[in-house]
Amino acid sequence: MTDHAFCVARAGALTTVQDLGRPGHAHLGVPRAGAVDAPAHRLANRLVGNPESAATLETTLTGCAVRVRRDTVAAVTGAPCPVTVDGRPAPWGAAVRVPAGAVLDAGPATHGLRSHLAFAGGIDTEPQLGSRATDLLSGLGTDPLTDGAVLPLGRPYGPPPAADAVPQPGPPGELLLPFLPGPRDDWFTGRGLHTLATGRFRVSAASNRIGLRTEGPPLERARTGELPSEGMPLGALQVPPDGLPVLFLHDHPTTGGYPVIGVVPERHLAAAAQAIPGTPIRFLPLRSGPATS
Amino acid sequence: MRPLPVGAHGLLIELDTADEVEALHAELLRRVADGTLPQVTEIVPAARTVLLDGLADPPGLIAELAGRHIPPLDASDRPSVEIPVRYDGPDLADVAALWGVTPDEVVRIHSGTAFHVAFCGFAPGFGYLTGLPEPLHVPRRATPRTRVPVGSLALAGPYTGVYPRSSPGGWQLIGTTDTVLWDPQREPAALLSPGTRVRFVPQDGPGPAAAHIQEAAR
Repeated sequence: MTDHAFCVARAGALTTVQDLGRPGHAHLGVPRAGAVDAPAHRLANRLVGNPESAATLETTLTGCAVRVRRDTVAAVTGAPCPVTVDGRPAPWGAAVRVPAGAVLDAGPATHGLRSHLAFAGGIDTEPQLGSRATDLLSGLGTDPLTDGAVLPLGRPYGPPPAADAVPQPGPPGELLLPFLPGPRDDWFTGRGLHTLATGRFRVSAASNRIGLRTEGPPLERARTGELPSEGMPLGALQVPPDGLPVLFLHDHPTTGGYPVIGVVPERHLAAAAQAIPGTPIRFLPLRSGPATS
Repeated sequence: MRPLPVGAHGLLIELDTADEVEALHAELLRRVADGTLPQVTEIVPAARTVLLDGLADPPGLIAELAGRHIPPLDASDRPSVEIPVRYDGPDLADVAALWGVTPDEVVRIHSGTAFHVAFCGFAPGFGYLTGLPEPLHVPRRATPRTRVPVGSLALAGPYTGVYPRSSPGGWQLIGTTDTVLWDPQREPAALLSPGTRVRFVPQDGPGPAAAHIQEAAR
């Protein structure tokens, strides 16, 4: 293996390789995968001069640390966290020079859930179906990181752009999830739809990259039973028999038999990616009727 | 054909029969191939629906599809696969009892059936195959197995399937194949995709690992 690589010093709770995923394979049962907080992934890449399709690390709550084998430029975005290089403080949300042999540590998130670590040249694992993304549902891509694992880096692309806008996210008081009703909102009573729009929901601790689960009042169904399996989109609010909506994230199954009451537009999923368990959720119905952009 | 909204960029088209689903799916794939379908990211056929996602203008596509004749499916257009199988599954006797026949009859009937992939899901490369008539539909196991071995040939409801990797599962296991259903390093990665014609060929003892893939003569 090339010496342009890093060795995992502290894998953290769940750290995966992510990029923009592998859309276009849902008909084979292959989830899209890819960064749940796509804007943070893209920004981290831009800060180190990578194309947005380059692979980064996505951490979960506790961050991670890696020892680089060569001088490398890296950046940490997404959930804000203390960043150090060999123990010395370094900026979050900015390009950081990491000398050969030094440890880059992205600490526990001060708020939010998922941080992204980009390295100049990107993580250069073998793509599968056009993507390097770890897919926890189907097992495609590199396994979640373990201590001591070595991952190759690609050749740096060149200097990053001179300036970029790095938003400093504050702790989210609540997660606002606008949704477009359908395709199966008619499986719920008027009271069930009202409950979704007005009920007090929270992010469940059972959430993961497959779906953000909720706690709250169950939605009343107008029809019982299951649908014949049908295609499930990213952002679907699927309602299993317990009546509590599950927001489908990037590793979601591509078909399913529980009704989808609404779909959250993709641009709102980055906020969901950063919502820790217990965060209050407010579902906001957008107008129904024929869909337009 | 009932179009239902799926977010801002998707459509779920609901149809009355599995044949209509397959005909619409084939028509959409033809139009992708000849470049006349607007940009779309996913086309996911299922039991009674086709999901389209990543559309710029879903209402425009609804209007266009509504005024269009969808030709009935020409099965000779679809690729076909033969999968060698050992009918040695632990639930073969139970399935025989449910069908009211002997295990040998199960082998004869199942291997004599022309299947096709109605849709995929559950796991990459897992195809839901239809073809068995309704009296031969069987329930899932009352208690799912925690581990079904890779290559298991299984029945549940109207469907036949082959587990592309070992996983928990509640289907009735009637056989085993060495055919690799899913290999992400292979092109195509999935042996079965929606529309593929499938026949199971009975085998005694360990057999060749490869399925015979025939592209349909056109």
